[in-house]
Amino acid sequence: MAAVPPKLGMLVAAPLVLLARAVDPPLRWWQRRTGQNGMAAVFLLPNLAIFGVFVLFPLILNFVYSTTAGTNILLSDRTYVGLQQYGRLLDCEDYARRITCREDVFWTAVGNTALFVVFQVTTMVVVSTITALILNREIRGRGFFRAVFFFPVLLSPVVVGLIWRWILQRQGLLNLIMVSLGLDPEVWLNDRGYAFVATIGVSVWAHMGFYTLILLAGLQAIPRDLYEAAEMDGTPPARVFWRITLPLLGPNLAVVLVLALIRGVQIFDEVYVLTGGGPGTSTLYLTQYIYEVGFASILRNPGLAAAASILMGLVLVVLTLIQLWLSRRSEARGAKDT
Amino acid sequence: MSRVTRFLVRRRGHGPAWHWTDIVSWVWLIAGTILMFGPVLWLVTSSFKGPAQLAEFPPTILPYEQIAAAVAGYEAPLPLYDVTQLDGTMRRLAEIRRIGTNAQMVDPASPGDRIDVNIADRSPVREVGLATDNYVQPLVTNDFLRFLWNSVFVTVMATIITLLTNSMAAFALSKYQFRGRDAVMLLIVATLMVPLSVILVPLYSVVNATGLMNSLWGVILPTVATPTGVFLLRQYMLTIPDELLEAARMDHASEWQIYWRIVLPLAAPALAVLAIFSVVWRWNDFLWPLIVLSRRETYTLQVGLNTYAGELNVQWHYILAMTVVTMIPVVLVFIFLQRFITAGIAGAGIK
Repeated sequence: MAAVPPKLGMLVAAPLVLLARAVDPPLRWWQRRTGQNGMAAVFLLPNLAIFGVFVLFPLILNFVYSTTAGTNILLSDRTYVGLQQYGRLLDCEDYARRITCREDVFWTAVGNTALFVVFQVTTMVVVSTITALILNREIRGRGFFRAVFFFPVLLSPVVVGLIWRWILQRQGLLNLIMVSLGLDPEVWLNDRGYAFVATIGVSVWAHMGFYTLILLAGLQAIPRDLYEAAEMDGTPPARVFWRITLPLLGPNLAVVLVLALIRGVQIFDEVYVLTGGGPGTSTLYLTQYIYEVGFASILRNPGLAAAASILMGLVLVVLTLIQLWLSRRSEARGAKDT
Repeated sequence: MSRVTRFLVRRRGHGPAWHWTDIVSWVWLIAGTILMFGPVLWLVTSSFKGPAQLAEFPPTILPYEQIAAAVAGYEAPLPLYDVTQLDGTMRRLAEIRRIGTNAQMVDPASPGDRIDVNIADRSPVREVGLATDNYVQPLVTNDFLRFLWNSVFVTVMATIITLLTNSMAAFALSKYQFRGRDAVMLLIVATLMVPLSVILVPLYSVVNATGLMNSLWGVILPTVATPTGVFLLRQYMLTIPDELLEAARMDHASEWQIYWRIVLPLAAPALAVLAIFSVVWRWNDFLWPLIVLSRRETYTLQVGLNTYAGELNVQWHYILAMTVVTMIPVVLVFIFLQRFITAGIAGAGIK
């Protein structure tokens, strides 16, 4: 860790240390009354309290909200309508034609998100895997390159969105490159197709470093002697890849796939800054739909937004359970092999 | 061969031949470096260009400033242009004002005569220079200094609270045996399945009810109980030998003192990793602050940046400069602390 001068560290920590000392006597009293496990409760309390108030309670409240109607956020001003909001969301004359749906924007958002997730996750996994494979090689300067790909992960989504929005401007860098290659400049973000591709590209750019790290760690966990044995047998590299690397990387790939899916379904920040959901609704994804219907639009409908977010939540719960099961399984397999 | 050359040509192929995987690898790595750093560098150079230069196409690589010269009879220095005259020769003139497509110019050497020039015939005389005003203006006259302060406040407070509450919970979950411990663990795992985007509406209502709307605390509090943080610290604390705690208990130390004076210092490396994560997460938070904060003076940098960038007439020179400012802390974290983050993720990712 970067060495903080000890004096400065002590100065900053001084009020906290004083507070900690002051808190000790009453906690000792509590400990005498309730024993060690009583103190465990004290230690757990702040975290659980925040979980309870800001995560668990809202989760339950979400179900309540999804059964109410009205524009006001105050629960007391809302009317109970049962499952009407869900009905409204899922009400379509012809499911194949989005325009016949009552909440066609919802279905647009769902369709966009599904398409986005398919392309973005595939691209992300492929690009991350290739990068991890390359970084796994014995190249000096590997640490530098690993950091290079990780850099955009740290950037805030607003910054990422603005950087690429600037590059894709009519007078921006991409058009400069196009022109110098002899091609025509375009107004990229004004075209529905290009905007959609841009959201995929930008989000892959911003997040691939994270997944590359996970896959790289998985690759490095593969024992070297397997490769050495294969080399002694004269196995061609393609075969080594398909028969050794890929199967052993399998669990990590599965985890990365599910993680990317979970994140992809919730995509919002950088897309919102890059395109705002446009042009039209071509890059409107599910989280932005919930945000607009719940808060931003003049035709606010928090109940509808709550219902939509629960539907999205169901998909995410399934994906998270799969992810937990997968990491349990790879842990168990790791323990079994040792 | 010199060390540098040997480093550059280290490859997989045997003997002097290049294996195709070596070429692909190097191309990928070089291209990746350009692609990852390039856009950010472009942002930085663009942020030093004045608004007129930003509207040009094709854009120049470096930022330029137009040279101005003092001309007798005029108070302020006048911008210089190279003018193509009717006979094809070039002449350097200073511009007084522009009306439509007509520019009134004057020769600095003989300031008496006014010359009318069509704007198409003139090009600005420029040298490499930084439009630092792009940075100064938003911070001084607009609200960006306020936004910066808000972001710093949120990040620092949230990180301190996160470290405290998560380490306390991790301590309880790693060093104590009590009934219901597994239930609590399960509960925390369950919250992993409840990302913010799923509980936006009710969370807004809860924050409203607790009076934290439009307050920075309304941004801070919902974000501090991170399950990842608890797990990370718990994993680490499990490696602290119980004998240390037992010895302290025999010396009549209270549990609180054990936490504060033994466990916390020993867990410092894991705390450092969590602190770095927390700083980056809280600094970059966008959706939740966007919802909670509706008064301009409470905006964080991210929300403020988005608001200004969403206006009808985007003032790109200010936006780009403030984007760089927003990016600086994270870049610093990257330069100095990056290996802790990558180690933390690699360790947690396999789990």
